[in-house]
Amino acid sequence: MVNYPISVSLNSVSVKRRGKSVLGPLSLDFKVDGFNIVLGPNGAGKTTFLKVLHGVERVSYGTVKWSIPDAKARQSQAYVFQSPIMLRRSVRQNLAYPLQLVGMDKAEITTRVVEWAQKIGLQDVLDFPAPRLSGGEQQKLALGRALIRTPQVLFLDEPCANLDGRSTREIEELLKNATQAGTHIIMTTHDLGQARRLAGRILFFLNGTLHEQGNASEFFITPSTSAARAFLNGDIIE
Amino acid sequence: MNEIWAGIQEAFWLIIILDSDLIEITVRSLKVSFTALVVASALALPFGTWLAIRRFRYRRVTIAALNALMGLPPVVVGLIVYLLLSRSGPFGVLGLLFTPTAMIVAQVIIITPLIASITHQAMRELWSEYHDLLISLNTSKRQRVAALIWDGRRTLMTAALAGFGRAIGEVGAIMIVGGNIDHATRVLTTAIALETGKGDFALALGLGFVLIALTLVVNLAIHALSRTEREGTW
Ligand SMILES: Nc1ncnc2c1ncn2[C@@H]1O[C@H](COP(=O)(O)OP(=O)(O)OP(=O)(O)O)[C@@H](O)[C@H]1O
Ligand SMILES: [Mg+2]
Repeated sequence: MVNYPISVSLNSVSVKRRGKSVLGPLSLDFKVDGFNIVLGPNGAGKTTFLKVLHGVERVSYGTVKWSIPDAKARQSQAYVFQSPIMLRRSVRQNLAYPLQLVGMDKAEITTRVVEWAQKIGLQDVLDFPAPRLSGGEQQKLALGRALIRTPQVLFLDEPCANLDGRSTREIEELLKNATQAGTHIIMTTHDLGQARRLAGRILFFLNGTLHEQGNASEFFITPSTSAARAFLNGDIIE
Repeated sequence: MNEIWAGIQEAFWLIIILDSDLIEITVRSLKVSFTALVVASALALPFGTWLAIRRFRYRRVTIAALNALMGLPPVVVGLIVYLLLSRSGPFGVLGLLFTPTAMIVAQVIIITPLIASITHQAMRELWSEYHDLLISLNTSKRQRVAALIWDGRRTLMTAALAGFGRAIGEVGAIMIVGGNIDHATRVLTTAIALETGKGDFALALGLGFVLIALTLVVNLAIHALSRTEREGTW
């Protein structure tokens, strides 16, 4: 896959739920390139932002336009949800599902499924029912299922939240490999160490708006807003 | 007391020797209720699924109506079907009154809302679980429905079995529209009612045992299905 840049523009996007503003108004031209990490306190609107970009969350106002046609955009994206969604099927069938949807032939699917099961360390439980995996295993499976179609853009909503140190490192390796293979990543995390290890670009959200953004190297050393500084220090932000 | 005891003994005897009346009535019962089940499922499973997925203007009203229909007393259903099929009714020309078809029609009307309602609830739950994933994977409408039906298949079968249980044990409606005619429309429940009235407890009890056995099988199947669902065994 070639690593061609892809961009999205948001035009005064806002999301309101039950009369409360959850996100925006947000206008933004965003060149999705490499590893982008979305930071911010709980309830800042990170998940909503990712879902709006991916088009699974209805916006109340404004437009989201990808640089490729809508129909192709979602087809070439994948999303790992904050709480993993398991199909009530075996691990094998969960991995195979996205490939079956695009009509890949059976032999090819089998090879890829085995390959990815190994990459996420679930090769020994291929025929185990996915809903009965542990929380961490479910997250790994959700990630494998997202990567198996080699997406152009991958959204990850706290993919390592329930993982131990070792699994986290393994996942980070997978993600680095994916970016090298040309997948652009937009990910949220509460693990600042992880953000430092992976991020090329940081988007810092606060109270439903994009409060600050910049290159990771600059953001972590010299954040330009006091809120970002406080957030990095682990202080309570008002 | 002696009379009942003798009845029970004779009832078992009827079952052991496979009494021809008993077999005939049982087979007819199964045929009628199974046909009703197939027709009702063909209507209710897609409808219940559709109701769970589609948002439309009168959705709430439709669901409320469905639940109300579920509580419709079978005797009233029988009366309505009778009126529709009777010679002076709108479908009188078809000459269906007092035939097994009339009984099937009545049973379909009784169990369709039940199956649709269970289907709707199960599918709604599954849909809210799968929604984000299926949208994210850019599935077509057809692919979504297929995923829901496939992964909800145990619940759907449970719904169908519940419908069958209700159909085979129902008496009020089919008595009215079938007429309990010997060798034509006599089924387990109506035969039991008749034989009890006549004081022939042996046949009544024999038929009763068969009916209990059938109900038991249905309930065991429901139980087994819900257990595999809960434990996620495939
Ligand atoms: N359907 C909804 N109805 C009402 N409020 C909602 C709804 N969805 C989201 N919210 C609110 O919107 C805000 C932002 O939610 P969001 O999930 O985007 O936050 P987040 O930054 O991902 O938080 P976290 O770090 O805890 O995952 C929260 O205050 C949440 O309660
Ligand atoms: Mg979130």
